[in-house]
Formats: sequence, C-alpha cells, structure tokens
Amino acid sequence: MSLLSLEGVSRVYATRRGLFGTPVPVRAVDHISFSVAPGRTLGIVGESGCGKSTTGRVALGIERPSEGTVSFEGAAMPTPGTPEWRRLRARLQLVYQDPLGAMDRRLTVAAQVAEPLEIHGIGDKAERQDRVAALLRDVGLRADLAQRHPHELSGGQRQRAVLARALATDPALLVADEPVSALDVSIQAQVINMLTDLQEARGIAMLFISHDLKVVRQVSHEVAVMYLGRIVEQGDPEAIFADPLHPYSRALVSAIPVPGPRRIERIVLSGDPPNPADRPSGCAFHPRCALATASCRAEVPQLKPAADGRQVACHLVEAA
Amino acid sequence: MLRFVALRVGRALLTIALVVTFAFVVLRLSGDPALMIMSPDAPPEALAAFRQAWGLDEPIWLQYLKYFTAILQGELGQSFRDGRPALELVAERIPATLQLTLPALALKVGLGVPAGIYAALHRNSAIDRAVMTFAVTGFTVPSFVLGLVLVLVFAVQLGWLPSGGQESWRSVILPVISMGLGGAGILARFTRSAMLEVLGQPYIRTASAKGVPWGQVVRGHALPNAAIPTVTIVGFMVGTLLAGAVVVESVFSWPGVGRLMVVAVSNRDLAVVQCILLLVSATMVTSNLIVDLLYGVLDPRLRGTAPAGGGH
Amino acid sequence: MADPLVSIRDLRVAFHGLPALRGIDLDVAPGEAVGLVGESGCGKSVTWLAALGLLPRTAAVSGSVRLEGQELLAAAPSVLDRVRGGRIAMIFQDPASALNPVKRVGVQVAEALRLHRGMEGATAEAEVLRLFDQVGIPDAKRRIHIYPHEMSGGQNQRVMIAMALAGQPELLVADEPTTALDATIQAQILDLLRRLQQETGMALVLISHDLGVVAEMCRRVCVMYAGRIVEEAPSGELFAHPRHPYTQGLLAALPDMVGPRRRLEAIPGGVPEPWNMPPGCAFAPRCGHATPACDAGMPGFVPVGPHHQAACVHVQPATVPA
Repeated sequence: MSLLSLEGVSRVYATRRGLFGTPVPVRAVDHISFSVAPGRTLGIVGESGCGKSTTGRVALGIERPSEGTVSFEGAAMPTPGTPEWRRLRARLQLVYQDPLGAMDRRLTVAAQVAEPLEIHGIGDKAERQDRVAALLRDVGLRADLAQRHPHELSGGQRQRAVLARALATDPALLVADEPVSALDVSIQAQVINMLTDLQEARGIAMLFISHDLKVVRQVSHEVAVMYLGRIVEQGDPEAIFADPLHPYSRALVSAIPVPGPRRIERIVLSGDPPNPADRPSGCAFHPRCALATASCRAEVPQLKPAADGRQVACHLVEAA
Repeated sequence: MLRFVALRVGRALLTIALVVTFAFVVLRLSGDPALMIMSPDAPPEALAAFRQAWGLDEPIWLQYLKYFTAILQGELGQSFRDGRPALELVAERIPATLQLTLPALALKVGLGVPAGIYAALHRNSAIDRAVMTFAVTGFTVPSFVLGLVLVLVFAVQLGWLPSGGQESWRSVILPVISMGLGGAGILARFTRSAMLEVLGQPYIRTASAKGVPWGQVVRGHALPNAAIPTVTIVGFMVGTLLAGAVVVESVFSWPGVGRLMVVAVSNRDLAVVQCILLLVSATMVTSNLIVDLLYGVLDPRLRGTAPAGGGH
Repeated sequence: MADPLVSIRDLRVAFHGLPALRGIDLDVAPGEAVGLVGESGCGKSVTWLAALGLLPRTAAVSGSVRLEGQELLAAAPSVLDRVRGGRIAMIFQDPASALNPVKRVGVQVAEALRLHRGMEGATAEAEVLRLFDQVGIPDAKRRIHIYPHEMSGGQNQRVMIAMALAGQPELLVADEPTTALDATIQAQILDLLRRLQQETGMALVLISHDLGVVAEMCRRVCVMYAGRIVEEAPSGELFAHPRHPYTQGLLAALPDMVGPRRRLEAIPGGVPEPWNMPPGCAFAPRCGHATPACDAGMPGFVPVGPHHQAACVHVQPATVPA
C-alpha cells in the first residue's frame, strides 16, 4: 500500500508575460500520477521549469493541486492551514538545496533541531535534549558543533543539520529538492550515503528531486522523467538510464558528461526548453524531437506501459 | 507602457486625495478655527457669524464634500485670516523657498554623489574614511543645530554673513549649507554603497576580463547600474523641494512656504494649510512618478518585455 | 611540447594573509585543451583570475605568469588591457550575471571589437552578427538589440562566448561555463566550445568541478586540491589509472551512470581551512594511505607515466622519459 499518492494532479498558475501583459494560465504541473511506498524513493528528474519542484510542494501539501487528488496514508491531503494539516506537517518534511536559507541564522544548531520537537510538543526538556543529541549523531555531526551557528558550519555540515531537524519529528515522507546540488563531489557522496542509511534504518519514504541524473540513479528505487509539467517516462532507474525509451530521456541521459566510455550516443538537442506559458501543441517535446511525426504535433501522448514494465508517453514507443 | 503610466498616475492622484482628506480630518478634529481666529472670549454671535460665513456650521461630511469638489474645480478656498485666496498666499512664498531648496539640492547632489563614487573607488583609503565620517556627521546633526552653529560662528563671531532675513545673496549661504550638508552626507553614503554593490558584480569582472580600461569600466559599466538606486534617493530629495525648509526657514526667519505653514497651522487657517499640503504632496508624488518612469529608462529589466523563448 | 603559450611558475595568492594558491606550475601550449578540476576553494579559478590581474587589490600575488615570454604579473594596466580579451579571453559560470544588465548584448560584444580590433559602427555591427551566427544564436539581427534578461541562460552564455571570440584570442579560459545551465543546454555549449576550438585553433583552459565535463573536453587534465596541482595526466589515463589518492577518492565518490549501483566511497572529512593547513600534504588528514612521511613536507611531483605525474610521497616513480 502506498504512503503518498498523486492522482491526475495539475497545478495551474496565472502568470503575466512581462509586467503588464494579460494573465496567462500556466500549467506548471499537468496531469501527473504516481505513488510512493513506505521506505522507497521516487526520483524526479528534469530541467529547470519542468515542474519538479512544484510537484514536490504539491506532494507535501504546501500547495493545493488545481486538479486531481493527493492522498497521504490513504486519506486526502487536508487543506493548508487547517489543524489536521498542521498535525500532518510532522509526518511530511522538506529539505531543499540551500541549507543556509533554511536555517535561522541566530539560533544554534541544537536549538534549530529542538524547534520542531517544541512546536509539536514532543517530550520534556531533558528528553528533547537527548533526542537532539541522538539526531545529530545520526546525521554525523560532531557533538561540539551543536552549539555553533549556521554560518560557522561548512555547506555539508549545514545540510546535515537541516536533515537532523527534518528527521526530528520522525517523518514518514521526506521531500528532498536538490539536497546535494550545492555540495562538492566528496561531500555530496557523504550526504547521499547518509540519506540512504537513514532511509534504511528508519523506513522513510523519499521524493528525491534533482537535475543530476547520476545522483538520482544512486538513490532512487523508481524514477520519473519530467518535461514541461508532464511525466514522460517512469520506471526502474537502471533500465531508464541504461536504455531510455522516450526521446527526451535519451537526450537527457546522453547529455551527461561521464569520465570514460559512454554507453549511448550523444544527442544534442537544439533550442531551449519552451516556455510553460507557451506550450507546444500535442507532445510538448515535438519541436525539439528529431523523430516527431504529424501525430506528435496534434495529439498529447499518454503514459502507457512499455517493455519491462516501465511507462512511456511517446507515440513512437510500442506499447507492451 | 501606456498602461504602466496610467496606473502610476492614478495611484499618484489617489495619494494626493488621501493626503488632503487626512489633513482635513486632523485639522478639524484638533480645534475649532472660529475659536482660534476670533479668540475664545469673542461674543457667541460673532463666532456663529464667522462659522456661517465660512460654512463651518454645516455637517462635517458636507464641508468635506464641498471642499473636495472645490479642489477638483481648482478652487482652493480663502484664508480665514485675511480672506485672500489661499493659493495666492502660498504661491507668492514659493520663490523664496526655492531660493533655498534648489541650491541646497544642487549642493547635495553635487557634493554627495561624487564623494560617494570616489569613496567607493578608493574603499578603505584615508579619503574613504574621511568621506564616511563627514557623511555620518552630516546626517546625524539636525539641520537646525547645524544652522544655529553656523549662525554663531559665521554671523555672530566672525560677522561675515547675515544671521537671517532675505537681504542679499549672502543671506542664502548659511541656510543652504545647513540644509545641504546633511543631504550630501546621506547621498554620499547611499552612492558609495550602491557603487560598491555594483563593483562586486560579475559583469564588472567580465568588462575587465575583456580588456576594458578601468576608467571606462567605471563610467560605462558601473555608473549606469549604480545610478538606479541613487535615483530613488535623489527623487525623494526633489520631492521635498517645497516642504523641506520648514525648520531652516524658521531658524533663519526666511519668508518661505515653510514659515507660512507654521503660522497657518497654529492659526488653524484650514484653507492655507490644505493648500500647502496639496502642493507639497503633489510635488512629492510627481517626483516619485518621475523616479518610477526613470527606472524604466535606466533599467531595461523593468520595462516588462517577455523573455524571448525559454525561461522559468 | 611546443613552446608554451602561457607559462605559470610558482604562482601564489593569499587573501588577507591566508593562502589560496600555494605554488602553481602550469604550461598551456598553443591550441591545446587543458582541464582544471577540483572542488570549491581549491584555487582553480583564482589561478586564472590572478594570471590576468582580475583579483581584488587585497589579494597578494607572487610568482610568474608569462604569455609567450612576456611577464603579466607586474605588467602595466595598458599592457594587461590588450592581453585581456585580446589574447586571453575568459568566460564565467553564471552568464546571466556576467553580462551587464543595462546594456544591449550587441553593444557589449561590439565593445570588445572596438577595443581589440578597432571596429566601429556598421563594420562592428556586421562582425557582431557574424559572431552571433558563429556561436549559434538564431535570429541574430533582432537579438543584438535585446538585453541579457530577455535571453535564456544558454543564449547568454553564447553571447559571452561571442564576446570572447571578438578579440580573436589565442587562449579561452572557460570558468565553469556550464555549471549554471541545464543538462541539455550544457551539452549544446560544450559542443559549441569544441567546434570553436577546432575552427579557430585557440587553446582552451576549462575550469570545472565536473570530472565528466573535463574528461569529454580536454586532452590533458590537472587535478587541484587546496591551492596546488596534485596530479596531471592525459585525460584518458587520469580516469583509467588515477594515482593520487585524492583523484582516486574523487572518482570513487562519483555515482556511476552505468553498471550496478554500489555504495559511494565518500572521502571523509572536509577540505582544510586556509588558516589550518597541514604541514605537508594537504590531503593527508583525509587520506587512507597517510603516514608520518606525508607531514614531513610538501610532496613534489613524481613522474608515474608518460606525461603523467602525481604529487604524493607514496606513488612509485615510473622509469619513463618524461
């Protein structure tokens, strides 16, 4: 049974083109469905503007879907601001790219980690102290760092502190939005290992959002590739990254520079991703797709099962 | 663009209307003009007659309505004091005020902006520190204190310049300095920090990296960007051209709008006060409007063109 | 190797007394592509900013940087201004903020043409159009008149590249040119840089934290750590047979795109702070092979193969002619 499930979810914003244009509805997220089981990780990859961060916020319940439903532990996600929603906050946590922005510069690390415990009234003062110490140990922060302020920590240490705070309320789901993108390779590996260890130990489900395919492949049990608000391919990460079926996934995977020999031929797409306010007809990828046919321009392809159980939204991929 | 201008003008008019309303409410609630003008021991019949003559016996909302429609028709009322049109009274004081505020503005901009630029370009040098010390002193010392000190030194002690009045061009010097120095300090600090911010931007490094000589980097790349925040503060100073001299005019007994204002308020001379407020808020709002429009000229990012293809 | 175009010797930089570069020796031959990799703060960007005199005045720079024999470090501003953009051009990480927001992109490119090739007016405009075409900016006639914020990040980086090409430089230093860009756009820009290098014969120094990017673009790679070059090798050789423990650690910490997933081997600890540099090898506190010998002094380069050297006391020298 799934912990989190999104069913036909869309998120529409009204944005102006320029300062004085008339508002245009922009579908930041367009009809996406997925579910995450307890203890599992769904990785969401895509380029800026593809809607992956919006998806994360809708999954957290911070934003309401314009269409479709989000359910958590079998019940519909409560409206933001209601008491039920606030109670649920403890079970759903967010970690994002910039740990310094996520922390209160005036508070020590220990105080920040203790804060959610105080808000949700967990334990008395002594218990909270023990719990903070245990959390800091779990994320690999030395005890002497507990009394430091955020600016006295390195980037990796800050991200660990933010994680300790997120874990304080023992969440069932962690939405991690580019959690290691600002970190150097050697530190990134430390944090990734820690995340997977904590997931194993605590059975947390994760929605792992990143533009970095290598990192997503490393942590995910399942992966969804997004383009302009829609999921274009979803399934087992090893299968998708070894042999992507959707032409966009192929281009994305082939664009990753790797030391050593490459497995699939480099495809360089022309042009920039289109503006979500100006979505191309049919398959949104067709203007950049070398294989596009007339039906791609006319008809929006739906996700359908392809070989090896993965799902692909492309007219040119044979259904299984 | 048209929509942008229309929106700003509409907002400006609304601001003026609010200021006028506020002045009306405050002045009418704080005292009875009849008592102030006629003195409290005047016979009740005389007071009643005064009130009737000026429409003060009507319900307050009706007075407000009449007042407001009159303003819309360009009719700003008469002074309770001598019955002359308020606008006329105020208008004849404007040149005297501008005689002080325009040179003061020139002093602020002419001294403050170059000092700020120089300080930023020579950050942490002795001159930078001297400029900043001067700037902080300039805007922490109130203009009337500075004015009094200047009078003591240059008028009383040395006897070089007159201590007040409006006799010759020499009378202008002390009030202008006492008003301008503080503003120059503010502007120097502001320009310096705007300039430092810009000098730390990557595009300045880009300009150097492509071989632009440093002087051209400063003139061609840094100054146009640093001008954007500086214009705000200069615009604010332009907005205070009419009202900025209230204190200094009193210190130097200068017959300007500010002095008229002080007298009119203490007399509850409603029409005159409101006329001054109207003019003052109109200049402020107009200068704000000009600043807004200037932003569009200085900063292409605010012109509101849609990104060409792509974007987030 | 041919006579080097640029020759850097014992380049040292300190900010407020704290070392950022601790002795860099590096040659760049005409037309070659060299990669500089390392994590943030290792000094890979500082090296080239120092070489071109682009660091703030608070930086203390010593050593030698020669461009075909001409010393740049103590050169007069007028000499540097002719070198910058004229003989050595540089592009940066975040193209959106590297371009002046209040000037039209065409004007910014034309400025380089005026400075280095004396072009003005219609001649300059025609050349800007040609450059835009060369770097693959479509609809150039219209685009030269727009502002940076009206273009995407990828297009802005193309403008930066056009501006760099304007002075017909012999060396292009690209400092993390694709780090701020999306994957598919990164592929476009790297493709473009590769093509331009072939077309113009200019040398390329690619500074990146991304081992993959450097591996794809460069013949020769230098790995930097804490202000020094710790390993230098032909790129195929470096990724196949890394010899310095830091290079080995970096590669092991990188998730793979192919093959079975494995637990990442993270390098423990963090980069040493500049005020707390170890006495000898700066990597020793994080190194699994460290012995007291590592603290004895700064390890020198040991030749370990053809054009391959590593600065580690534990590597065995190879008996190959260097």
